[in-house]
Amino acid sequence: METISDTTYAPSVSPPAVRPRATALRCDGLVKRYGDLVAVDKLDLEVFAGECFGLLGPNGAGKTTTVEILEGLTAPDGGRVEVLGAAWGTAHDRTLRERIGVQLQETQLSEKITVAETVRLFRSFYPRGRGVDEILRLVSLEEKRAARVGKLSGGQKQRLAVACALVSNPELLFLDEPTTGLDPQARLQLWDIVEKFRAGGGTILLTTHYMEEAARLCDRVAIMDHGRMIALGTPDELIASLGADQIIALNATGELDERRLTNLPGVRGVRRTGSESAYALTVSDIGVALPALLAELKTEQVILNTLTTHQATLEDVFVSLTGRMLRDG
Amino acid sequence: MAEVEEYVGAESVATTDEREVPAGGGSRGGEDRARHTFHPLIELTLIRLREFLREKEAVFWVFVFPVLLALALGVAFRNTAPEKIRVAVESTTNSPVAEQIVRALSVSGEIEASVLEPAEAARRLGGGSVSLVVRTRSAMPATENSIADASSASLAPANQARVFAPEVEYRYDATRPESRIARLAVDDALQRAQGRAEVARTRDERVTEPGGRYIDFLIPGLIGLNLMGSGMWGLGFNIVTARGRKLLKRFAATPMRRSHYLLSFMMSRLVFLALEVVAVLGFAWLVFGVTVRGSLISVAVIVLLGALTFSGIGLLVAARPTTIEGVSGLMNFVMLPMWMLSGTFFSSARFPEFAQPFIKALPLTAINDSLRAVINEGAPLASTWAALAVLLAWCVVSFVIALRIFRWQ
Repeated sequence: METISDTTYAPSVSPPAVRPRATALRCDGLVKRYGDLVAVDKLDLEVFAGECFGLLGPNGAGKTTTVEILEGLTAPDGGRVEVLGAAWGTAHDRTLRERIGVQLQETQLSEKITVAETVRLFRSFYPRGRGVDEILRLVSLEEKRAARVGKLSGGQKQRLAVACALVSNPELLFLDEPTTGLDPQARLQLWDIVEKFRAGGGTILLTTHYMEEAARLCDRVAIMDHGRMIALGTPDELIASLGADQIIALNATGELDERRLTNLPGVRGVRRTGSESAYALTVSDIGVALPALLAELKTEQVILNTLTTHQATLEDVFVSLTGRMLRDG
Repeated sequence: MAEVEEYVGAESVATTDEREVPAGGGSRGGEDRARHTFHPLIELTLIRLREFLREKEAVFWVFVFPVLLALALGVAFRNTAPEKIRVAVESTTNSPVAEQIVRALSVSGEIEASVLEPAEAARRLGGGSVSLVVRTRSAMPATENSIADASSASLAPANQARVFAPEVEYRYDATRPESRIARLAVDDALQRAQGRAEVARTRDERVTEPGGRYIDFLIPGLIGLNLMGSGMWGLGFNIVTARGRKLLKRFAATPMRRSHYLLSFMMSRLVFLALEVVAVLGFAWLVFGVTVRGSLISVAVIVLLGALTFSGIGLLVAARPTTIEGVSGLMNFVMLPMWMLSGTFFSSARFPEFAQPFIKALPLTAINDSLRAVINEGAPLASTWAALAVLLAWCVVSFVIALRIFRWQ
């Protein structure tokens, strides 16, 4: 009895930090093929109740396929899925659907129908849940209640889509790229809704290819590429795994020796980024690394064109793992 | 232990009081559906009705267009006093012979004859505004070139007192039915004027009562055509649009019963069906005096079954395509043969014998034939059983296949 499970362990310590880690969502060895293309390649995931879990990756990484399998919309070719303790494809699918909320990436709601009518329709599918007015208040669309969907802005449409996912008071909310294509203001409004939902104890599975979105909203992040999970952890852990907290990006005219750059004090790693003489240095101590780098440029007689530095982000984690940018696809 | 209770307590607050937790997930609390919305089937149907009524073009094609079509065709083919036979009598000068012929022709009241210059007469004959040209001896060219499609009647001079005794020639196109009729009528009138004695006694009885006119034939066909068009497009277009917009997939992610979604189309079809049929029948009754001779219940049964059948076929056509272009092609492929063959504008009996079994097996033919039997002939519903069986078969088969192959994404 040395090992104490999380559930019995939790309440004895301060509550918010260590909540009972019940599993809301789990998949083991998930596989999905489309012809020769393996969209999801033996994926294991576990999402705990009450957390916001992010699937981060470029377009085509298999995020949407994974999410749609977890939502019970697509049948996997292999592996096991467990949603709120149940599997898909049983006689209880409808009861399970009552407990989840779904926002799909590409859904376009009927343009001729008003905001309130749309919410009301979705509400009618669930035996229990919120009132139409309450939902509209939640997503700040009260003023648009009589407007037709076709007249809404992109951000308003997306908030309506999330409203339709929230009508039932779901335990688990799936959001597939909820802010793609939205302007910063609209993105903030949506983040606000997601954060409120999470604060209320809801579990969220979110896909995105914006690392700042994942960093802000997600408790844990899984980075996906080519249907596989290549990293998992909290945003801070993932960034810390680079062993650096600053990135120096430079573009120079002339040849630099990568090995010599790596050996500079304070530098943890060097990568060429795209063109011939563009480099990214992951740096643990910028105060030491930067003067050393400038000195090196001088001795090598290389002309510096541009140099920028920034805090390491999830994007840098992705780049260091795959050698590609997130948005390159 | 106090902390444990507090933690559990916080959880239960989230479950019971939503207002405390604005976006409170993790709790399945909340109020019953009945407090906020109707049954999902009703809500879905309401959405269908709104979508349709807010699409002004759809409203035009379903309600206004059939009525306009009935009006246009009904007016074009209305049975007023029978058309007069229009003929020209050729004359270069104001010849008394021509005048006499005109007088002889107008006795029966069926022929409208006018004296015209030869060139003008030929022009009108070519244009079809006169069906035949009468040439008299005096007007004929000196060299007697015989003309194709001409027939001459030489009236022998007799010892009896004649008003006139001309030699006449009829110029007409024998491939035109109206010209052949004119030839018979004009010849008959001229021969009588010359004193031909009738051998047999005959009597005319003219049929003009409602039920036998073209408009009476047309109206049931228009109803059938409308049932086909709105059933097919109503389902096909809407379902494929929803699939293309990933709305079907979104619905599939809710606990909505899939049968409710498809049934909502049936329900909205039924609402509009009643309006469509009443609009066309009511209009035909008010404007043309078209009446339903059989029972209205029989009409309702046929129309209902017809609407269901075409909804089924519409569902089948919409079961797979993801684009409007794709479904439009299928739709035309299915509807075109019925437009041509099912006897909407003219009787399908005119098609060759070997094609009849195929034509009879088309659902639109079944609707048109059975509606005509009930509306025009006053036949009881039971007498149209064969057509109803055809409809029922199409209905069942298309629904079963459609539901089996239907794609939600």
